[in-house]
Amino acid sequence: MRWSARDVRSLGVGLAYLAPALFVFVVFVFVPLGRTFYLSLYNTRSTGAITTFNGLDHYIELVTSETFRSGLVATALFAIYTVPLGIAIGLVLAVLLNQRLRGINLFRTMMASTIAISAAVGALIWLLLFNPSLGLLNYVLSLIGIRGPEWLIQPAVAIVAVSITTIWLTLGTNIIVLLAGLQGIPEEIYEAARLDGARGVRMFARITIPMVSPSLFFLLVVDTVAVLQAFTQIHLLTRGGPVDATRTLVYGIYLDAFQNFQFGFASAESVVLFALVLVLTIIQFRFVERRVHYQ
Amino acid sequence: MSAIGVPRRRPFAVRSAGSYVVLAALAILVAFPLLLALSYSFMSEAEVATFPPPVLPAHPSLANYETVLATIPIGRYLLNSFIVSLAVLTGQLITASLAAYAFSFLIFRGRQVLFFVFLSTLMIPWEATIIPNYMTIRSLGWLDTYQGLAVPFMATAFGTFLLRQAFLQIPRELWDAARIDGATTFRFLREVVIPLSRPALGTVAIYGFLSTYNQYFWPLLITNETLMRTTQVGIAQLRFEESMRWGVIMAGVIMVAVPTLALLVLGQRQLVRGLTAGAVKG
Repeated sequence: MRWSARDVRSLGVGLAYLAPALFVFVVFVFVPLGRTFYLSLYNTRSTGAITTFNGLDHYIELVTSETFRSGLVATALFAIYTVPLGIAIGLVLAVLLNQRLRGINLFRTMMASTIAISAAVGALIWLLLFNPSLGLLNYVLSLIGIRGPEWLIQPAVAIVAVSITTIWLTLGTNIIVLLAGLQGIPEEIYEAARLDGARGVRMFARITIPMVSPSLFFLLVVDTVAVLQAFTQIHLLTRGGPVDATRTLVYGIYLDAFQNFQFGFASAESVVLFALVLVLTIIQFRFVERRVHYQ
Repeated sequence: MSAIGVPRRRPFAVRSAGSYVVLAALAILVAFPLLLALSYSFMSEAEVATFPPPVLPAHPSLANYETVLATIPIGRYLLNSFIVSLAVLTGQLITASLAAYAFSFLIFRGRQVLFFVFLSTLMIPWEATIIPNYMTIRSLGWLDTYQGLAVPFMATAFGTFLLRQAFLQIPRELWDAARIDGATTFRFLREVVIPLSRPALGTVAIYGFLSTYNQYFWPLLITNETLMRTTQVGIAQLRFEESMRWGVIMAGVIMVAVPTLALLVLGQRQLVRGLTAGAVKG
């Protein structure tokens, strides 16, 4: 393919318009990604200055590290507790909000309100709710005869507490996306199914779920990636503890880089995070999308 | 009693009353943590500590808000957050509309590849590049500065994508007519494309503001001076104090959340449009 003078000129004009955005992406996304790979192959001083090349040593260290392995488990548990339940609750609420009623917008705004709430604000409120003596959560549980756990002190429960907070924080987004999906389903499809005798749960399983599957799929990708990146609620609720129970991949990067100043090692962890997000996105697009019904 | 074979249907008023009860109960449940924070912000520390945990303040007072104003520079935090969020919003609107314009109206070789390059940034988690970015900002001497907080976020692939979709709706005939009239490429963007794309620009603006205002990790890393902290880092600091004063923390939480909640109420339509752009295949 030869480039004519006109081609070159039009490319020049195009690039001029793209330049401001490209500049930011190059300086703060692409080059840093490259530097993360590069740093992961080196030892660093506590200032971040590079000292010696050590090849794949950091990665070998990762594979054999008990802390890193438990971090992957914590990340997986966090995703398993948060994503499916968060989407399911969002779907139930969205179905209820998808009614023609006077004043329905008030309920929609109230239930979608968490979309505007920052992770820091949400975490501080849930910190109070989880408080074993002052918190309302265990008091309410005691009313129905359940002795609530020490939410942020028992390792197996702490990750559940972080997950509950995260489900609440993402609920607003999930509801809005699913509600839009539900509103896109043509009324005739329901009418036809009704004539065929479909009702209630069957209607929901046979019509609603398949028709809203593009939105479900979208949320599966977006919510999983968000969980992999979650930092704030962990920092404010548990600081990665107790005994590393909530030290997810991202929290491990923070501790190793900015508390222990092992920038090389933390960069290797960052490469794993990047690879995980990439692979998950590709897998979800490849395999899940096949079973998704698009109109 | 209904006759056999005729499906029983409750009257509409009864059914919708039932719906209202269910919806109201669930809406209160979802918003409950937020309502509780509001309620606690009016309670004294003594009342917070009573058992069973109170839900409504017995003697509502603004004392906690006065304590927040007296003990932390919350006004400065809010100012910092607004400056940074508005800077990011402005930067994103400029870079994204220029790029979206190139991806919709201009025709040049390599356009597809460059569009893919833009979209690929969506798959790179910010946290995976946070170490080199921290080093860049430090070596520029941008720690504890507004530019350090804002500049890294001044381009948005999501916003570019959204604006491109909006620009593609603009009839091509307008472009041809403008060319015949001798309008320059840039003038067409400024005088035709931008004014016709206000709703999409609004969506990008709201997202830019909200996502920057609510940031925590990045400002936590690159600010140390009290006066350069943003709202989120500033109020979270209350959590790490010796004695946690819950009423005061909740008053801080409410003060920080009010701007974003106001934005939700005012810009709900724009927010919904943005969120659903990716989810529903058009």
